[in-house]
Amino acid sequence: MREITYVEAVREALNQAMTADERVFLIGEDIGIYGGAFGATAGLIERFGEQRVIDTPISEAGIAGACIGAALTGMRPVGEIQFMDFVTLSMEQLVLQAAKIRFMFGGKASVPMVLRMPGGSGTGAAAQHSESLENWFVHVPGLKVVMPSTPYDAKGLLLASIQDNNPVIFIEHKLLYKTKGPVPEEMYTVPLEQSAVVREGRELTIIATSVMVNRSLEAAKQLSEQGIEAEVIDPRTLKPLDAEPIISSVKKTGRALVVHEAPKTGGFGGEIVSVIVESQAFDYLEAPVRRLGGLDIPIPYNRNLEYHTVPQPETIAAEAIKLVRGEY
Amino acid sequence: MENKEKSELADTSLAAELQPHPSTLSLKISEEEAREMLERMILIRAFEEKAEELYALGRVHGTMHLSIGQEATAVGASKAMRRGDYLLNHHRGHGHCLAWFDSDVNAMMAEFMGKETGYCRGRGGSMHIANIEANNLGANGIVAGGVPIAVGVGLSIKMRKTDQVCLVIFGDGAANEGAFHESLNMASIWKLPVIYLCENNQYAMSMPFHKAFNIADISQRASAYGIPGVTVDGNDVIAVYEAVSAARARARAGDGPSLVESVTYRWRGHSKSDKQAYRTRAEVKEWQQRDPIQRFAAMLGLSDAEWEAIQQRASAQIEQAVQFAESSPEPDLGTILEGVYA
Repeated sequence: MREITYVEAVREALNQAMTADERVFLIGEDIGIYGGAFGATAGLIERFGEQRVIDTPISEAGIAGACIGAALTGMRPVGEIQFMDFVTLSMEQLVLQAAKIRFMFGGKASVPMVLRMPGGSGTGAAAQHSESLENWFVHVPGLKVVMPSTPYDAKGLLLASIQDNNPVIFIEHKLLYKTKGPVPEEMYTVPLEQSAVVREGRELTIIATSVMVNRSLEAAKQLSEQGIEAEVIDPRTLKPLDAEPIISSVKKTGRALVVHEAPKTGGFGGEIVSVIVESQAFDYLEAPVRRLGGLDIPIPYNRNLEYHTVPQPETIAAEAIKLVRGEY
Repeated sequence: MENKEKSELADTSLAAELQPHPSTLSLKISEEEAREMLERMILIRAFEEKAEELYALGRVHGTMHLSIGQEATAVGASKAMRRGDYLLNHHRGHGHCLAWFDSDVNAMMAEFMGKETGYCRGRGGSMHIANIEANNLGANGIVAGGVPIAVGVGLSIKMRKTDQVCLVIFGDGAANEGAFHESLNMASIWKLPVIYLCENNQYAMSMPFHKAFNIADISQRASAYGIPGVTVDGNDVIAVYEAVSAARARARAGDGPSLVESVTYRWRGHSKSDKQAYRTRAEVKEWQQRDPIQRFAAMLGLSDAEWEAIQQRASAQIEQAVQFAESSPEPDLGTILEGVYA
């Protein structure tokens, strides 16, 4: 199959969604001629015009509000928040409006919008351009949270998110934009709420999100050389979560390690651990369930400090070995 | 207000067009329509007086924000709109919903009492009443919460190429939120068919207008966005109607948004817990002399018998609504999870 990058996959999904459905439009900062800060919308303004690829002033609450109002009245907006960090400026609109409108109005309105945003560290962008805030949104009933780790999933999940009738927070990763993978040329969807087993194994289950899926796969390769076969699961949709594959896997392996980039305290990992220990998988556990997350610090600028702030393949492998050997 | 200086307006010719002709019936409104407007204002007041009574009797749950004294804004603005237009409003919104197209006082009262037959199946309550079928996109509990949403509604109208207009009503407090700035700017640069109607009732909870603003009129802010702004007597229903009509015509002509400030007064406290220590009784009384309902009735030259008949019709409608609401079922606990996701 043809290989393209993650950012090309995002762009192709936007292009195909806009071609197929005239209700779909894009709105965000510098998404027109500039093509988006990371190039996700490059060339789309030439194809669809400035009425459907709308450059906005620097107004993140306004972007979110514009998506909500358009979604409420028959459109399918796809907003872009240039860096996930800036979504802090949209929070009222997302948490108190987008998420609640349907419920508050007795299920009589719907808000079919997608808000795309790149999260994560590793680019030397320091503390205000490297956030991983996914769990803030996971905590809000009414929102869906999607976090693809491969080009294939980026395209399929984005198309599914655009077709979904709910507000979807779609979290991309800056380091993944240039990664390549097989992606079909035609339109397809990857259903939301479907976790994927991305590597099969026997000794332990690693549940990882976004860029940590790739790092966990690298760790699994190192582990394999030492005779440890790790199963790796990517939830892909954090909310609503498809827990069943995680529970089944832990029943099989008896060990679980949860890995994410966001600070460990209050992170999504805690939710995954709870799902495991509240289930029948508890009876199969041969070791404590462990979490690897970012340190509880803002992302530092210095390259070495930044590297050591979040989990890396070698730290994931080391933690897995401890779990398998009972050295916790 | 009388003693304030006139605003500097971005577009003085349009501002002149937006200026009302006080105390005269608009050519566009027949005597019959005017009487319907008065009757609607009286119904809104009767609804809210009943709401207050039900609260005092312990028959409703939660709190409420009453718009008694502000009925002219709701009715004048709605009269200027067309069926199919959109409405976004705020937490003091009973009047807006009742004044809007196809409003159903039974569904309002049932929602207020938290019943399954209410507009929002009892999930929204007093602060979050919407009539989605009539394009009333709902009252908002967050000050300026609906203001950015109006940008999206305006964009959608433009992209779908319909002849609709979005009316967004917010209070003086909302004009000091950042979202107000973002929204007016975006609507202006894209010439969106949106009417920003600021219902200045003098207090953002306890914060008086003169302490929260260093300008004479909120409408002056329009000039910062390159759109027309006008301040009208919000207790004069015809003045509100005229200004919102002109703003609607401008929106439909493709000239973009307007900011209309309707200066009025909140007779009751902010909510039910307000001791009103921040204002004097004399001030409240002075504003009550400018009662929008009495003024309009006097202007229409209503006889005592006509006045009495309207009052009776309103209270009969409200009593019937209370009966409807009280005899309606509570939401079934088995449905508690419904409506979170589509």
